[in-house]
Amino acid sequence: MIQTDILIIGAGPTGLFAVFEAGLLQLKCHIIDALPQPGGQLAELYPKKPIFDIPGYPSVLAGDLVTNLMEQIKQFQPGFTLGETAETIQKLEDGTFIVTTNEGTKHQAKAIAIAGGLGTFEPRKPILKDIEFYEKEDRGVDYFVKDPEKYRGKNIVIAGGGDSALDWSIFLSNVANSVTLVHRRNEFRGALDSVEKVQELKNAGKIKLVTPAEVVGFNGSERITAVDIEVNGARMKVECDYFIPLFGLTPKLGPIANWGLEIEKNAIKVNNALDYQTNIDGIYAIGDVNIYPGKLKLILCGFHEATLMCQSVYNRINPGKRYVLKYTTVSGVDGFDGTRKEAEKAVVKSID
Amino acid sequence: MSQDVTIFITDRNGVKHEVLAPTDMNMNIMELIRSYELAEEGTVGVCGGMAMCASCQCYILNDVISLERNPDEEAMLWEAYHVKDNSRLGCQIPITVDLEGLEIEIAPEQ
Repeated sequence: MIQTDILIIGAGPTGLFAVFEAGLLQLKCHIIDALPQPGGQLAELYPKKPIFDIPGYPSVLAGDLVTNLMEQIKQFQPGFTLGETAETIQKLEDGTFIVTTNEGTKHQAKAIAIAGGLGTFEPRKPILKDIEFYEKEDRGVDYFVKDPEKYRGKNIVIAGGGDSALDWSIFLSNVANSVTLVHRRNEFRGALDSVEKVQELKNAGKIKLVTPAEVVGFNGSERITAVDIEVNGARMKVECDYFIPLFGLTPKLGPIANWGLEIEKNAIKVNNALDYQTNIDGIYAIGDVNIYPGKLKLILCGFHEATLMCQSVYNRINPGKRYVLKYTTVSGVDGFDGTRKEAEKAVVKSID
Repeated sequence: MSQDVTIFITDRNGVKHEVLAPTDMNMNIMELIRSYELAEEGTVGVCGGMAMCASCQCYILNDVISLERNPDEEAMLWEAYHVKDNSRLGCQIPITVDLEGLEIEIAPEQ
């Protein structure tokens, strides 16, 4: 069982920054996220797009903001359970919680911070006969690339026309035995460098492009051995070990909706006058996932909410213990890894 | 004061609403739907207006605006569900004085 002080659900900017504020208060954090990488929407939906309203950054790419947040929190050594969805919660008599994921990973924590954003990102699935059968137990249909090594030496068919289809085709062309990219149109929509790179790899024979086309069926009795592809009304069969449809993701509040929390407008109601706690003592909700009068779904508001939540958890875990807010410029940052960041001391020296 | 326009929006339950839309707030149809709460929060404008989710797909019911889609919109609608010839993404339709009298229907959830 994973043990921590604050279990954060959601590795978006709000969840990541909470690790920093918790660390300043000597609280340890562990983060669960359904996506295989940290960053939430920023990493999954628009990593290459700029954000203009992060204080102090006239412009920052969403992907860079995630990289910076990961750098900012690394000395507080957060744990991660990625690619798994928080499914059930149990409150023990001692006031701690046990959260179990869809894959059975158990986490025990003194407080829960739900930083779930729009919810769990679930893949948009193509409507195909028998797809439910093949998506189970490694039978060949995957909606995420969690571990690229799994595809080493294999034959892969990827479907989709956006950034993730392009980027994974590029990446897997160096790992897999073959990569076939199938898209309904001739045009792809992604960052210019990704589109150009796929063109290059196609010319070099490293990616096979099939457009305008659609995967319409599966072959294989126990697992996929080939997919049927329809191109201009004609059918072709492409042998493969894996079919990875990348048609984007839709967020759903998911299992959290059944935790007994007060929900309004698809968001979790919190006490914004105090500490962003929900109707369940010890469970907080911060960032885009919460709602209160005047709520704004902005990253900068999430940072603020994360900070107040951490102070509240500190008081909860250490009742009556004295503490005053410190400034990092004055007191520096002591990492759990033994590192220390601090301002350079001023020099006291006479000038002749 | 700048002019408001009247837009007719049929929600996902088939109820028709007549709403006033400001033309000076840099708003689009997706945001108009959200501001009047004509669809459940979290089911429209999910991506924030980047033409990346199709949750604000609308059917255009009269000829007040063109059905021509921009390239991002076209690409997204190619991958969406419930798409018809008169589908557009609400987030890609800025509210201007030219929208007076526009009639739309919000497409089903993706």
